[in-house]
Amino acid sequence: MKPFRYRAPLSIGDAVKTVEPIGEGGQGGAFLAGGTTILDLMKLSVVSPPSLTDLQKLGLDEIRWNGDVVHLGARVTMAQAADHPMLKERVPVLSEALWKAASPQLRNVATLAGNVLQRTRCPYFRDNISACNKRNPGSGCSAMDGINRLLAVLGTSDHCIANYAGDFANALLLFDAEVETESRRGERTIAFDRLHVRPDDRPERETVLAQDELITGFRFTLPQWARRSHFVKVRDRESYAFALTSAAVALDMDGETVREARIGIGGAATVPWRAKEAEGFLAGKHLTESVALEAGRMAFAGATGFEHNAFKIPLGQRTVARALLETAAMDSAGTGAGSN
Amino acid sequence: MFSKRVSPSKGIDDTHAPKPGFSRRSLLAASASAGASALGSLGSARMSFAAPVPADQDGLVRTAITINGVEHALALDPRTTILDLLRETLDLTGTKVGCDHGQCGACTVLLDGKRVNSCFVLAVAADGKSIVTVEGLAHPDGELHPMQAAFIEHDGLQCGYCTPGQILSAIGCVIEGHANSDAEIREYMSGNLCRCGAYKGIVEAVREARDETREIGIGPREASK
Repeated sequence: MKPFRYRAPLSIGDAVKTVEPIGEGGQGGAFLAGGTTILDLMKLSVVSPPSLTDLQKLGLDEIRWNGDVVHLGARVTMAQAADHPMLKERVPVLSEALWKAASPQLRNVATLAGNVLQRTRCPYFRDNISACNKRNPGSGCSAMDGINRLLAVLGTSDHCIANYAGDFANALLLFDAEVETESRRGERTIAFDRLHVRPDDRPERETVLAQDELITGFRFTLPQWARRSHFVKVRDRESYAFALTSAAVALDMDGETVREARIGIGGAATVPWRAKEAEGFLAGKHLTESVALEAGRMAFAGATGFEHNAFKIPLGQRTVARALLETAAMDSAGTGAGSN
Repeated sequence: MFSKRVSPSKGIDDTHAPKPGFSRRSLLAASASAGASALGSLGSARMSFAAPVPADQDGLVRTAITINGVEHALALDPRTTILDLLRETLDLTGTKVGCDHGQCGACTVLLDGKRVNSCFVLAVAADGKSIVTVEGLAHPDGELHPMQAAFIEHDGLQCGYCTPGQILSAIGCVIEGHANSDAEIREYMSGNLCRCGAYKGIVEAVREARDETREIGIGPREASK
């Protein structure tokens, strides 16, 4: 790990003022929350920030409710949110997406904002040697013709097929959340579905955040029917593994008929992904197995498979279908699926 | 918890304190020649020496951390992880290096009572906090923590390399309230890999030590504070 300066400022204002702008070699100062992404990448020399600005003295670690409006502080840990009784009851998909991610040790330190901003697990990005447009713009993409089994089939470009590795963001996406930020230019609010940007021809740019812009929290309004929500995660092993494919689903049901469906897809896309066409297709439909499979097919209609990851297209379709059927089978109290 | 701070001036003086005349490694070597009776003292070996690091060197960060109930005043390169500090500076080599990337759990310690991968936490970020390692679990008289005893009783190990991390993680798992069934134990112990595949014994050990661990928490040493 290259040397860096360490600071732990006492206010958000100080934190955004002290983080260094991008300098030589394209590396700027970085914020340190749980550290489970940035220390990993610093040990690999994939990133070498001249300074870390530790956020641990800023608070931002509360979960607050105001009626149906939920506010999650940026530094709430994954474990804290996963075990939160109100979140488990009112919106099980969020808790489930969290406890099915990472390990208990990582969830005890990793924060929600850090989780949302976690970097790709593409092996060519992480190896610090291969051509990679995300790490070294213009150098090419080794994954396209490489071992791309774990990488994306949705939202890819000719420059990058790195997958977005997180789970929580694909669940938070269902509820039209807003991201609250602060930078030297003051505070602003960003629609959560506009936070991440697809690789297109600039895969090095992953979010719309400025380099000194700090996420301070997330805000969203929960519909009553968010109790009927569920996260299905398909992986190479049953626990402590990244998703091959995942589906976050919330359903507003009238008997066996769908009033409104919301579907988030993970493991298979370059950014947190919402399947809006499949959602529209399901409205007013009697939710049978064949309807659920058709929704899964629509969710992956625009997918592009590569040599080793094309299996994610049929697997993802069935993951969506299974999540829809299991969510529909939940009782209105929000139990019946998704328990251990 | 038990995070008393020492004053920086007192702490910096401590950094020049001489090391005691033994380390766990030298004790191990001595034990080998002194016979099996010496092994009984391993679990209670208590070390309280501080880092041999000059505090006035550029770029070092003054940090106060309580480790196994002992306060340490340190001057640290910010790159030092808790794992580096424990093993390289304080000679607390019970905490193991596995992957060094938060993937295997061998380096698990309790930080302010919660299990974390010590390879992934900067020591300077633990300023004012409290750490318990495997060396801090047994009672000073040598009596093992119930989780340690259960791992022996149920053969929750083969080579033993992952065991300190497994035991700290198991105590954390119980304290967090996630040891209510075998399925839950398996899910919430999945951050600790065991290359030998002793998982069956590990689940049995966690199940057996669960109730007593709920009662005493991290250990007799902490319970008596």
